[in-house]
Amino acid sequence: MLANFVPTGDDYLRYLPEIIMVVAGTLVMLIEPLLGENKRTAFETVSLVAFVAALGAAIKANTIPGASFANMVIVDGFATFFTVLVIGVGILTILSSSQYLKREHAASAEYYALLLFSVTGQCVMATANELIMIFIGLEISSIATYVLAGYLRDDKRNNEAALKYFLLGSFATAFLLYGIAWIYGTTGSTNLADIRMFLLTPGTEHNVTLASTAAALMLVGFAFKVSAAPFQIWAPDVYQGAPAPVTLFMSAGPKAAAFAVFLRVFMTAFQPITSRWEPFVWSSALLTMIIGNFAALTQTNIKRMLAYSSIAHAGYVMVAIAAHNQIGIAAAMFYLAAYAFMNIGAFAVVTHFSRQGEKFVNIEDLAGLGWKQPVTAGLFAIFLLSLIGVPLTGGFFGKFYIFKAALDANMVWLAVLGLLNSAVAAYYYLRILVVMYMNEPGEATLSLQPLGAGLRTTLWASALGTLVLGIFPSVLLNFARNSSALVK
Amino acid sequence: MTLLDAVIFLPLAGFLIVLALPKDSFEAIRRFSLAASVVTFILSLGLIGPYWFKNPGKFVFETDLPWIDSPPIRYHVAIDGISLWLVILSTLLTPICVLVSWNYIQKHVKQFFAFLLLLEFGLVGVFCALDFFLFYVFWEVSLVPMYFLIGIWGHERRIYSAVKFFLYTMTGSVLMLVGIIYLYNQSGTFDYTKILAGLQSGSISLSYQAQLLLFLAFFGAFAIKVPLFPLHTWLPDAHVEAPTAGSVMLASVMLKMGTYGLLRYCVPMFPTAAHNCAGWIVTLAIIGIVYGALVAMVQPNMKKLVAYSSVSHLGFVVLGIFTFTQQGFDGAVYQMLNHGISTGALFILVGFLYERRHSLEIADYGGVATPAPNLSAVFMITMLASIGLPLLNNFIGEYLVLQGATLVYFRWTVFAAIGVILSACYMLWLYQRVFFGRASEDLGHHMPDLNFREYAIIVPLIVLMVWMGTFTQSFIPPISASNAAILEPMREVHVRNTPPVQRRAGKELADAR
Repeated sequence: MLANFVPTGDDYLRYLPEIIMVVAGTLVMLIEPLLGENKRTAFETVSLVAFVAALGAAIKANTIPGASFANMVIVDGFATFFTVLVIGVGILTILSSSQYLKREHAASAEYYALLLFSVTGQCVMATANELIMIFIGLEISSIATYVLAGYLRDDKRNNEAALKYFLLGSFATAFLLYGIAWIYGTTGSTNLADIRMFLLTPGTEHNVTLASTAAALMLVGFAFKVSAAPFQIWAPDVYQGAPAPVTLFMSAGPKAAAFAVFLRVFMTAFQPITSRWEPFVWSSALLTMIIGNFAALTQTNIKRMLAYSSIAHAGYVMVAIAAHNQIGIAAAMFYLAAYAFMNIGAFAVVTHFSRQGEKFVNIEDLAGLGWKQPVTAGLFAIFLLSLIGVPLTGGFFGKFYIFKAALDANMVWLAVLGLLNSAVAAYYYLRILVVMYMNEPGEATLSLQPLGAGLRTTLWASALGTLVLGIFPSVLLNFARNSSALVK
Repeated sequence: MTLLDAVIFLPLAGFLIVLALPKDSFEAIRRFSLAASVVTFILSLGLIGPYWFKNPGKFVFETDLPWIDSPPIRYHVAIDGISLWLVILSTLLTPICVLVSWNYIQKHVKQFFAFLLLLEFGLVGVFCALDFFLFYVFWEVSLVPMYFLIGIWGHERRIYSAVKFFLYTMTGSVLMLVGIIYLYNQSGTFDYTKILAGLQSGSISLSYQAQLLLFLAFFGAFAIKVPLFPLHTWLPDAHVEAPTAGSVMLASVMLKMGTYGLLRYCVPMFPTAAHNCAGWIVTLAIIGIVYGALVAMVQPNMKKLVAYSSVSHLGFVVLGIFTFTQQGFDGAVYQMLNHGISTGALFILVGFLYERRHSLEIADYGGVATPAPNLSAVFMITMLASIGLPLLNNFIGEYLVLQGATLVYFRWTVFAAIGVILSACYMLWLYQRVFFGRASEDLGHHMPDLNFREYAIIVPLIVLMVWMGTFTQSFIPPISASNAAILEPMREVHVRNTPPVQRRAGKELADAR
């Protein structure tokens, strides 16, 4: 396999999105000293342009699919899907951040640079074809996100969030790395296809136990990254403590990328030993849904509540993985896209509403928002209905498709319990609707300023995405289904 | 594009336009909503056409377009004689509800009328959808506006009631969703007509256990909506706390989603399971009839009384369906319409009283007949209709249901008939306490008689009560034809599937035939 270590032109084209983002991230940091205090919007412009260019490059890369850099990364439909998704998340994060950073007096180049690097890491994860690349991508993404979580370094909660995230995250990464080492020791390769071939080769049965152990270790690492039970403990604290736009980012981008590698590793390399890991993913899925939904019921802080809701939604995606069929992969992909839209929308509203120092983050503070700012509240209502899973929203169709996959795999009980869970979930989302529309406006609502341009764009774009995915899901679904066939 | 599509989508267009209107121009919003709903109603009358000239007994105004290519979900709508009247009931009551809310709704006027129109869209859709996915979409879409109608414009305990209503329905419907997906996985289609044909011809074969579970999954969702005892506890809360228009739409149309679902989907698709479960379902229905009536009798609150009377009346509908006889089916459908008209009218009249006196407690009234004789007169007619007095509409429905029950098992009739007697007790007693006696000083001054708007609301309903009670032939033929179309293949399938040793309901049915 020493064939081609000299990259070809196509290799660069396939990797152009990452190249653009890394260059832009470095550039942003370099120009910081050259710009005065009042020219800080330049960072935003540069990173936005970079993201849009990267998005274009990612879509272009899909026209020349194939493996690159000595088979270490691969551009296929599946990879492009997630690359586009995480870059899209990056764009919406930038749009939601500028107002926030201005009001916290914290606009600086490193925020944008870290964001660009983090998304780069996620793109590497999405395109990785090999365990070491997965690890590298995961680390690029995670380390940037750790720093972002503690971005307002004078804020106690930010520090707590970053520290917790970092310590627990490193621990989980160590598990992952140990799993990689183990699988290398067992199979002699880190390439996903080679691992699969090895496990399929007759006469390797005695190695199955070793491979299963490796799979278990890696499952721990991935479950942490996607905040699946029982490794979800960090999520509420980190989501609550981190700056609102960073939470917005964390709950969509890194999570989608982590699920991308989760899917790719378990559906390709570990596909031959499905029977070994399926029960664990099955029970983790159920546990994640139950813990997420029931814990969210009693929350009063909206960020914390959305954190638990995000755990619950990870549980739904785990159902799709547990189904381990092609529809399951497509369903997970579709759901992650729909989830990115609705969750970004919800956190964008939180970003807008919380005000300086994140004073107003209690659910009760939203009282009467529906009458004070009907448009913001109306869009928020769309996101909440989508999170509940009401038809004509992306959230519903995603859920529908996931549970269809589960029933295809004969997991009737998992589907029934999962759907009952979503009825439980309706309760806490409804509470926000109750507060927004059925309570009289309070002090927090009355003093609310109108939406800024960036956040407004994010909100409308997310709402549009949520509704389009709900009413015309075929657009995305066909792509997801076609590319899910590539994962094998 | 058929007339039916126009009837379905006009309210949605109305909803979007109302949203775009400026929020302070109350009068424009009201007028526009009225115009939109009246036009929808007039168009929906055109749906009677095919039934007027000949009686097809099958689906007409069919539109079948692809919506999502894979899984193959289609926009497939059509109506038969059952949906026809339920659609018209929805389109009739919406303009009436707009008029009812004309002065009553003073805050957030724009959102109120917008939600009312969105509700109409969902309700009409539910009765026309022939694709399971589409049906589920409409089913849930109708839930959201009703949730807001109760929660925003309701009385004191509105939030509790709204959330309870939403969660009850949602729990039932997710189980139905599992059933729908399971059926799709077995048959490869969401199309109701194809699935039904497949089940009846045996080309989709399900084990009895699967049939039973599917039946229960659908039945659960519908029984919560009906609501069947003991799943009825959301209903009194929701009805009492909702604004008048909400109570009317809820009682008159939304509850029918449940009974319609039983009749259209549950029973024809899984006839064997339905026959085997009929015993306990009918028992629950009869308990509901008697229990609802008894609880209604002791209510100090007028709206709650009417709400419990709904539990009782809907018990008749379920009883009628689970007799699996032509009479029972016809009576059930007719009773759905009757209940929609007469209970809707009762809620409206209670609303009139509330607008005058701002109380729902019976004890706050007495002697209303003296200052408001016309109001008392229409209340009397409505009440008598609700009791089931001959020549008024409810009598026909109840009679047919009881006749159907007699054909199957006479004891059912005896117990159910107790409900009819009890309904006379609570209604007459209510009437006596509210309208007769000496009017207190301050009540006399605050009890003007009906005004023009109120006449416009109530007179059409009174006319319908008399019309439906006397000229049954204007309504029944399409219903009977469609019911026969449902029953015939069902009987064949049932006979084919039934082992020689029969459960009670099945045996009685066989004897009756």
